[in-house]
Amino acid sequence: MDCRIIVITSGKGGVGKTTTTANLAVALANEGHKVVAIDGDVGLRNLDVIMGLENRIVYTLVDVIEGTCRLNQAMIRDKRVSNLYMIPTAQSRTKDSVTSEQMLEICNQLRNDFDFVLIDSPAGIEAGFRNAAAGADEALVVTTPEVSAVRDADRIIGLLESMEKTPISLIVNRIKPEMVKRGEMLAVQDVLDILAVDLIGTIPDDESVVTSSNRGEPLTFSNGSGASQAFLDIAKRICGNEVPFMDLSGDQKGFLSSLRRFFGK
Amino acid sequence: MFEFLSRLFSGGKSGRVAKERLQLVLIHDRNDIPPETLEKIKVEMVRLLKKYLEIDEKGINMNLERRNRSVALVADIPLKSSQRPVRGRKKNG
Repeated sequence: MDCRIIVITSGKGGVGKTTTTANLAVALANEGHKVVAIDGDVGLRNLDVIMGLENRIVYTLVDVIEGTCRLNQAMIRDKRVSNLYMIPTAQSRTKDSVTSEQMLEICNQLRNDFDFVLIDSPAGIEAGFRNAAAGADEALVVTTPEVSAVRDADRIIGLLESMEKTPISLIVNRIKPEMVKRGEMLAVQDVLDILAVDLIGTIPDDESVVTSSNRGEPLTFSNGSGASQAFLDIAKRICGNEVPFMDLSGDQKGFLSSLRRFFGK
Repeated sequence: MFEFLSRLFSGGKSGRVAKERLQLVLIHDRNDIPPETLEKIKVEMVRLLKKYLEIDEKGINMNLERRNRSVALVADIPLKSSQRPVRGRKKNG
């Protein structure tokens, strides 16, 4: 299988890029692929804490670039699943510690050894984003059903198109079905009408995302929550499988959800 | 009652409002024509038109509009005391 290098980006901060990167990395590794997730946010690293690997950092991406260590020395192997690695970035450095050319060079080195390279991009449209995207072939754009996030996603999609990072696939995160049903939240179809890109995932707003980040255990390690299922589905779609989209229109407020509410879950 | 009234004046459910606002703002974003540029164009156009015509400045309406896959700059400029309307169409918002 040819290696696929995918940048996860959004324009706006706080919409779930890092959570998505971590969960997809775990889900893809669970499917048997060899995966490395790279933190592309120099100076504001977070992929390490979301994945629960913050205590195992010895070297970072910036050390590799500066020649302090070899690439494989900066790779942290996740012991919870085989074939999953994470490359942290430096926390006490700035965005200009890495150039687009260096990022491309590192990605090309990883290409020989991995099935998937996932790059967690920083927010914004400046150098940090451009460097994170430089080495990628394709892109996942994460947005939430809010005007600010959708507007920024539109901007990022334009930039990704001009950088020829295609295909560009959209993930709509943090959907509240009951608000969509009341007409008080943009529906997934509204977001698609506006952005006109291919949809690859819809993720319900889910408290377990918070608790899993509290513990540093990506949701896709343990099945069960709605968001976890959504990430597993996205991983399958990335691999080319047809998986039906979760109904988040709020229409089927059925027995199960009322039961869940009854038991306070 | 209050909610009904505020909904009446804000143009419906907020999801709908969000979509409409986004569609408008993205026309500006994608064409790299911010509203302030449009305002400058308007001021200069008025200055030019006033050399030849008596126009009703308060009634000017100038917007970017989506037309299928392209975007048009649509200006509605009423004349003062004119016999014939400049455009047959009246559009607000």
